[in-house]
Amino acid sequence: MGMMETTMPSEDELGALLRDAAARLGTGAPPLAAAADAAGLLDVAYAGVDSPVGRLLLAATPAGVVRVAFAREGDDAVLEELAQRISPRVLEAPTRLDAARRQLDEYFDGGRTTFELPLDWRLSRGFRARVLHAIASIPYGSTGTYRSVATAAGTPNAVRAAGTACATNPIPIIVPCHRVVRSDGTMGRYGGGEAAKRTLLEHEHALP
Amino acid sequence: MRLVPFQEVVERHGRDVMRLCIAVAGPGAADDCYQETMLAALAAYPRLRDPSVTRSWLLTIASRKAIDGFRSSARTVPVAEPDAGATEDAEPRDTELWARVRSLPPKQRVAVAYRFVLDLAYREIGEAMGTSEEAARRNVHEGLKRLREDSTSPPNPALIARAR
Repeated sequence: MGMMETTMPSEDELGALLRDAAARLGTGAPPLAAAADAAGLLDVAYAGVDSPVGRLLLAATPAGVVRVAFAREGDDAVLEELAQRISPRVLEAPTRLDAARRQLDEYFDGGRTTFELPLDWRLSRGFRARVLHAIASIPYGSTGTYRSVATAAGTPNAVRAAGTACATNPIPIIVPCHRVVRSDGTMGRYGGGEAAKRTLLEHEHALP
Repeated sequence: MRLVPFQEVVERHGRDVMRLCIAVAGPGAADDCYQETMLAALAAYPRLRDPSVTRSWLLTIASRKAIDGFRSSARTVPVAEPDAGATEDAEPRDTELWARVRSLPPKQRVAVAYRFVLDLAYREIGEAMGTSEEAARRNVHEGLKRLREDSTSPPNPALIARAR
């Protein structure tokens, strides 16, 4: 005590020194997504991609592409929904979406007319899933009607429900619900908005 | 309450986890500490019952990993050797003072880091360490006391070497 005590910093002074020094500690954290994927913990990977119909959010499980979302849906809301319905183990991890992003770029560049991607259909069940499977077989550049996909799904009278299935398609563009139009030739509802549907049909030279 | 996407947990708290790892485990072990913490948290995350405790839950995992990592590197790396994990041209991530903090006993080391790296209140330190607020205060106090006593003798060159 005594002499030595006066040369030592007080606890408050030492605390201030520790705080100052802590401000100089680094913060750069290593990336997590690859390690999470390797450990089998990446239940939902997502990435953004720019397109002629605005920015798209793509999400994939280990089984395949599970969601394509338009900017108007709101990234946060879409990711929250994936966390609730699939798993909260959601990370931004573009690598898993590399093939999907590349094929979408090729589609919008005009060089690709079909997608060759594993899809995860788990967000659609029952009748809606049957409608979407029917839609998946409408070829590039042509259109179907809500009535024709309702029929293909085994319920010819469920035209309105087929419209809802199209409008709530979790994997738009890749599952081409933009190719389904109304029997009177007008375009009908679209999850990405009517302008996006028109852009896609114009792109495919398939405007009704 | 619902669990937010884990990406949001990383964005909100990842930086603090990394700083805690650097302070407690040391710069050479910090990347491993961070990754092990986040993978352990990701694995357990769907079972987290109360999302409102996400932050202290994550910090608890981080401080355990930080101490484990430090222990294992203390066993395997000869004390006089510079830290093998740190590269020479990397930006400085550590200071001599925090290198000395790492010579404290684990509880004091973690408590001092919570207090002065993350600016947690004693109550929060207690929550993250599973102790009372009073015990948290004592751990910080004992740690500071020991650092003050050590500050009269020259710092241990081995600990500084580990930090570089």
